Amino acid sequence: MEVLGKGEQGSMYVQMEHVCKTFDGFHASSDVSFGVEKGQLAALLGPSGSGKTTILRMIAGLDMPDSGDIAINGVRVNDIPGSRRGIGFVFQNYALFRYMTVADNIAFGLEVQKKGRKEIKTRVEELLELISMQDLGKRYPHQLSGGQRQRVAFARALAPNPQLLLLDEPFAAIDAKVRRELRCWLKEMIGRVGITSIFVTHDQEEAMEVADTIIITNQGRIEQTGTPDEICLHPQTEFVADFIDVARYEALHKGNTVL
Amino acid sequence: MAKKVQRTYQQDIVGDGISSIQKVREPHRERPGKGVKYVLTGVCTLFLSVMLLLPLTVVVTNALRDGWEAYREAVSDEYTIKALQLTLLAAVTAVAVNTVFGLFASFLLSKYYFRGRRILAALIDIPFAISPVIAGLVFILTFGNVGWMGDFLKSHDIKIVFAVPGVVLATVFVTFPFVFRELLPVLNAQGKDEEEAAALMGAGGFVIFRRITFPHIRWALLYGVILCAARALGEFGAVSVISGHLRGKTNTLPLHVEILYNEFNTTAAFAVSSVLVVLAVLVLIARNIVEWKKDR
Repeated sequence: MEVLGKGEQGSMYVQMEHVCKTFDGFHASSDVSFGVEKGQLAALLGPSGSGKTTILRMIAGLDMPDSGDIAINGVRVNDIPGSRRGIGFVFQNYALFRYMTVADNIAFGLEVQKKGRKEIKTRVEELLELISMQDLGKRYPHQLSGGQRQRVAFARALAPNPQLLLLDEPFAAIDAKVRRELRCWLKEMIGRVGITSIFVTHDQEEAMEVADTIIITNQGRIEQTGTPDEICLHPQTEFVADFIDVARYEALHKGNTVL
Repeated sequence: MAKKVQRTYQQDIVGDGISSIQKVREPHRERPGKGVKYVLTGVCTLFLSVMLLLPLTVVVTNALRDGWEAYREAVSDEYTIKALQLTLLAAVTAVAVNTVFGLFASFLLSKYYFRGRRILAALIDIPFAISPVIAGLVFILTFGNVGWMGDFLKSHDIKIVFAVPGVVLATVFVTFPFVFRELLPVLNAQGKDEEEAAALMGAGGFVIFRRITFPHIRWALLYGVILCAARALGEFGAVSVISGHLRGKTNTLPLHVEILYNEFNTTAAFAVSSVLVVLAVLVLIARNIVEWKKDR
């Protein structure tokens, strides 16, 4: 297997190089290149239709790039199916299996891997505890609140011990009141598990508050990659300068909350 | 992963079904006055009495007009039994074939995006749109002695027209879209997320179908099967044209009823009809159970 991403960029856990993707002539990704370091929480930030979800789906193996290379942990994964890339994926609407209980949802990935019954049971209990839903294992998804569903989706994605967690608009389906709370919860969880994570969002406040690295997308291109500070203080393109609301960033920095 | 453009086209649904299974619950409206309610009830009752109850009563009374003995004789007549057997054979085959086909076609149209999918969906509806008699004629022109495939079939000694295969073929044709039409809106509504999530966890196609897709579609599938069976049992037009009415060979129950009636054997005709009615009622009961379960 080819080893990529060990060059000048240093040791990137996820590395996209010159990735292009079109859907029926629509350029969803044009020459996308960026890297995410191990253990980091990165945000793909951009207006809707800017190609951020496509990027996430290509990393997951749900969509195939037309050209360019995708590497995870130094290994080119273009030809490796998503199920063998060591990733966990949280869908925008969580995509919980609606005919399975919470516990069965979490256990599914382990069952597919033919893990022992005892091992599955222990792991499910461990994850239910992690998301503080020990007593709700027997519920069905439709009996849960939006926030609870998100936590289950998170636990389900983590169950098979992935090395990379991908989240598509994880807070979009949650009402504004709880969103903030969940955001902190998710950041803390990801930190506790210590897993490299990439999430998609169109909400800059969300990205600023949660992410270590922000990758700004626009019309299928990467406008800028950097820490929240770098992006706010040194926007490299006109689009970024326009898109990022610096006042809001400063307010956030002072500890005031702008909603 | 196939290098196919796979997306969820929620807005782009081919069959945003007029399926009775997908009832939209309307918000409570201002209730109309009681007078309207009584008028509507009266009209419905009258209509149902004239169109349904009266004919059904006629069937039963006429069937039993000459007493139980005559009824029993007509029903246990050799040709009636043969016709019943053929009807059941055609119905079971139609259900089996169209269930498999309906599953494949609805999967294809709901989970994959490709050029011409709308045209394909429209083509599948053809049996709904054209008269069954025309369907029967088309089969004769295709598979008959002077038809397109006539020489080929003759040289291989295969008989379709005026034979059992033709009857089965015609029944399969007219019941073609039922399962497909019931499944498509349900599959469209489900989207692909759950299946993608399962696939990402390493589940294979069969596991995904059994544990994720099937629980979602099972009532719609059963409902489609029942509709398909009901239609297959009662099919007259297409079968009438292609069967040749060979008593004891290619006669189905509906055709048998017609023959008996044309021979002025009214009692027998109604007796055989009552068998069909019983089958229909059984199907109706099954349908209602499924609907009730589905809405549960």
